[in-house]
Amino acid sequence: MTSATTPAPTRGGASGRPALSHRLAERGVDRTLLLLLPGVVFLIALFIYPFAYGLGLSFQPLPAHHSTDPLYNYKQFFHDPYQRNTIWITLKIGLPAALINVLASIPIAYRLRGKVRGKRLLTTALVIPITLGTVLTATGMIEYFSGTGWLNRILMAVHLTDVDHPVPLLHNYWGVMLSLIISGFPFAFLLTLSYLSGIDPSLESAAAVLGAGWFKRFRHITFPLLAPGLAMTFCLNFVLAFSVFPSAVLLGDGEGKTHVISIAAYDAAYQEYDYSKASTIAMIMAAVMLIVISLVLTGRAQLYRGSSGGKG
Amino acid sequence: MTTLDTAPLSDVEPSALTAVGARRRVVLRPLSWLTWGIVAFFFLNLAGIVGSVVVKSFSTQWFNTWWPAGFTTQYWVESWHEFDLGHVLIVTLEVSLAVVVIASLVGVPAAYALARRNFPLKRAVMVVFLLPVMVPPIAYGIPLATVLYKYNLASSLTGVILANLVPSVPFVVLTMTPFIEQIDPKIEAAARMCGARTFSVFTRILAPLLVPGILAASVLVLVRTVGMFELTYLTAGTDSQTLVVALYNAFYGSGIRAPQASDAMSVLYMLTMLVLLVVALRFVNPTQLVTRVADERRGD
Repeated sequence: MTSATTPAPTRGGASGRPALSHRLAERGVDRTLLLLLPGVVFLIALFIYPFAYGLGLSFQPLPAHHSTDPLYNYKQFFHDPYQRNTIWITLKIGLPAALINVLASIPIAYRLRGKVRGKRLLTTALVIPITLGTVLTATGMIEYFSGTGWLNRILMAVHLTDVDHPVPLLHNYWGVMLSLIISGFPFAFLLTLSYLSGIDPSLESAAAVLGAGWFKRFRHITFPLLAPGLAMTFCLNFVLAFSVFPSAVLLGDGEGKTHVISIAAYDAAYQEYDYSKASTIAMIMAAVMLIVISLVLTGRAQLYRGSSGGKG
Repeated sequence: MTTLDTAPLSDVEPSALTAVGARRRVVLRPLSWLTWGIVAFFFLNLAGIVGSVVVKSFSTQWFNTWWPAGFTTQYWVESWHEFDLGHVLIVTLEVSLAVVVIASLVGVPAAYALARRNFPLKRAVMVVFLLPVMVPPIAYGIPLATVLYKYNLASSLTGVILANLVPSVPFVVLTMTPFIEQIDPKIEAAARMCGARTFSVFTRILAPLLVPGILAASVLVLVRTVGMFELTYLTAGTDSQTLVVALYNAFYGSGIRAPQASDAMSVLYMLTMLVLLVVALRFVNPTQLVTRVADERRGD
């Protein structure tokens, strides 16, 4: 910063180089960047640091375990089938739910891609379940899907089931899955719709002029352009599956078939007060999520990424 | 706009022969019935879920019948006292307002710097701002809560506010950056030519132009903070829990209480969110509630 105090020489001054502040400013570094400082400091203190701290903590098992092996927590996690299976349970609930949500939203978003009457109303209505969130969805499902709830009464009235065998949608795998669909489907739909409206409609019109039917147009024009967006939608929807914690507790079964990884992490922290173990599980959770996302995004990189005529 | 009942405009082939058109109609009909059927089925069940909570919260007794035996507001009163909902609502209000104000104050200047400057480590800074939005809250919430407990900040209002700021600050930055990019830098240059200093450029030029963007970002952060379960749950103590956490605890620890009382709280939470949603939709379009990709092409 010494040269910053000297008056900025004119181009090709004595040293042949402009002042440091000048050179920095040319690369975009000036006092405006100070505006970034509070935000960056804040995130380093409350996001990067806790993450690094958690990572460090996961290699320091509690003294109660009498182990100096830094990998003790990780070994325990993968050694114990009850703990290890939480990964598969999470994937088994999250992946199909994300897939169903994305697949169901394609045809509906496709129908609504242009200017359609009632589009604003429908999108607004679909935002409601997202806004309500998983906790409220779970509490509502407890009433609606119960053995004496409205759904089972309707099914009994049309003789699809009887009083002794209500459709089991609570306290099992399906309850958790359904709660993910109820909050995840609108999310997937709105994302797909915004990707679809970014595709230039004249591309499809051109195909139509050349005589392509709607299926051919969808198969060869719209779908390839939409596919990268769908991959992204799938990823974001899958991430939502990690927020399944409240519904997995309220709607899952008590025996462990819906013992997802977030419950395992929570129990370690707040039931066993083993923060080191909890951090380990949180790190594993982040790793699993990153692996799935990078697999999907690697697949996405193989797809056509050219111009979609719109914002893409 | 008159033919759009079953087929959107772009489904109508401009040069289709009548025979082709007729055949396509037959193929199209069942598919469109199917898609609308799925949508209707979804909303029917959603209405059932929401409706049964509302009805139950007002019912005297409801077991094994289509409709409750009678109606009362008794459980609403009980719920209000039992869960100390007045206090919970005040906490929710304090937390969400604090988060909105601090996130805007920190986030908008950062968004300005990101929108206007290209600098060597910009990509790294962008990643720092993107990560908290992408990583699920429960994954970073547990280490974050551990750190907050270490510094004796958790279980307090401060801790809850700090935890909720983590996804909110990046959210404001990501929402505001495109807003700022579309403001012509020449306007600022002109103001500087006329002798305005940075502070007055901000307060007299940028702030008025950014009001719509700031309102949109604030309202989105408000909706997210009131609905944010994980981070609040992990950091809140008994007297610093927000409505959504109190709701979860009521259902998790239910058993001795009348279920109607918990349902009354569900309805209260639902009403809060719906009011926020109505307010939010005045400033943003529905798509923005789920993604920061503003759908600028939609002109309706």
